[in-house]
Amino acid sequence: MKYMVLIAGPEDPPGSTSPERSAAYDRILRWWEEQSSSGKVIEGYELQPSLTATTVRRDEAGNVTVTDGPFVEAKEMVGGYAILDVADLDEAIALVSDWPSSATLEIRPLVRQD
Amino acid sequence: MSSEQRALIDARLAETVREERGRLVASLVRVLGDWEVAEELVQEALVTALETWPRDGLPRNPGAWLLTTARHRAIDRLRRDARYRERLGIIGEELRSMSSSWAETGGVLAQDDRLRLIFTCCHPALSREAQVALTLRTVAGLETPAVARAFLVPEATVAQRIVRAKRKIHDAGIPYRVPEAAELPARLEQVLAVLYLVFNEGYLASAGEAAERRDLAQDAAWLASLLVRLMPDEPEAIGLLALMRLHLARADSRFAADGSLVLLPDQDRGTWDRAAIAEAHALLERGLRMGRVGPYQLQAAIVACHATSPSYARTDWQEVVALYDRLLQLTPTPVVALNRALAVAELRGPAEALAALDPLASRLADYHLYHAARGLLLRRLGRVEEARATERRALSLTANPAERRLLEERLTAP
Repeated sequence: MKYMVLIAGPEDPPGSTSPERSAAYDRILRWWEEQSSSGKVIEGYELQPSLTATTVRRDEAGNVTVTDGPFVEAKEMVGGYAILDVADLDEAIALVSDWPSSATLEIRPLVRQD
Repeated sequence: MSSEQRALIDARLAETVREERGRLVASLVRVLGDWEVAEELVQEALVTALETWPRDGLPRNPGAWLLTTARHRAIDRLRRDARYRERLGIIGEELRSMSSSWAETGGVLAQDDRLRLIFTCCHPALSREAQVALTLRTVAGLETPAVARAFLVPEATVAQRIVRAKRKIHDAGIPYRVPEAAELPARLEQVLAVLYLVFNEGYLASAGEAAERRDLAQDAAWLASLLVRLMPDEPEAIGLLALMRLHLARADSRFAADGSLVLLPDQDRGTWDRAAIAEAHALLERGLRMGRVGPYQLQAAIVACHATSPSYARTDWQEVVALYDRLLQLTPTPVVALNRALAVAELRGPAEALAALDPLASRLADYHLYHAARGLLLRRLGRVEEARATERRALSLTANPAERRLLEERLTAP
């Protein structure tokens, strides 16, 4: 089954760097490489911080408004996503439980196109 | 047919429904991969049984009879359903082997799939309400209206919870299996929490409430005994079952004839079921000997101390406090600390117990039993005015009629 994992967490302040942060980054890159080479993560990206987000709203009449910022303001912002290809939800939970940094991860099954 | 024969068939049918319904559903879910169809087939077989048995008499093996009936219906239905056409041969073969293994073992399915069913119903990806409703409906075979009356919620709410849970199991890919060793402790904890919640809903219900609500305690004890049969080497499952049985053995003494609550010191120990207590105690000992103590075993051990004591005054408070100390280490919650403080009051006096309650004040500010306990301790220290104030606070925090009556009596006492 295919799932999308939305990876959310508190955002770092713009321009912040620290040894801990780059160590965490290295751990995440390693996780990503491992899971990709096993074929369980078939796609995914880290996103630019939420201050780069633009929200486009389209109402039923077709009117479009464009605003600055993400569509939900929250403490935890979506910072990346991955598409998984695994047997079932338990395997998806086990996989994202290994995410090597503190985060909140939402698992959503993809709608099958068949 | 005589009314006695009729009653016998009704009783036998109820017993069969509880034991065999879940077992059949569990196996059909595995074979068909469809909860809805599996439950409908078993339901149809039960309806047929209700029509046939009173007329023709009870079959020699009611479980096998139901399975055969469900199997014939399953094959009919699968033939008509395009989704199953390709797999019909395999499914038909599996159903046939289920029936024949049943016949060979004299009515026991070679493979009991109910453990898969229980773990899937209590999967952490489902809400606690959904876990409870699904377990009672599917594993224990309670009808949806009965679950609704037991939990004091509208029938439509329960029906919707069950439908949504099944949809999530299917759409989100929740697997139908017993968790692997690495996940098992955390997943078993979920199952035990669901069963204990169901038990408490029933056990805390007062005499005046709906029968379905009080029956929940028996339903939960039955589910726990099923779990112990299916997982005989899990000491915490044994601990939970022993805990429930120790409570149930003393249930009659908890309410007076007028429905008012009777607390432990005033309970008539003559009404306690000594044989049931001894049996539950032996069960707990068996669990403890496995050497993996946990919160349910410790709670059961505390209740066993009370259940085996000849009187309140002669309770082994040293042992009770020691058990609470260990429980507090494993589950450092304010409610455990509150109960420990009450045992400390008996062992070392109300002043020390009151001091142990103080650090809990902010976390238990809205918990009526915290204020009720403080009230009792203050009274024992002769601080009646403070006791009244805290008891009034307790009264404002509970809607339970039996508890309210008890608090009102204390407040009007001189």
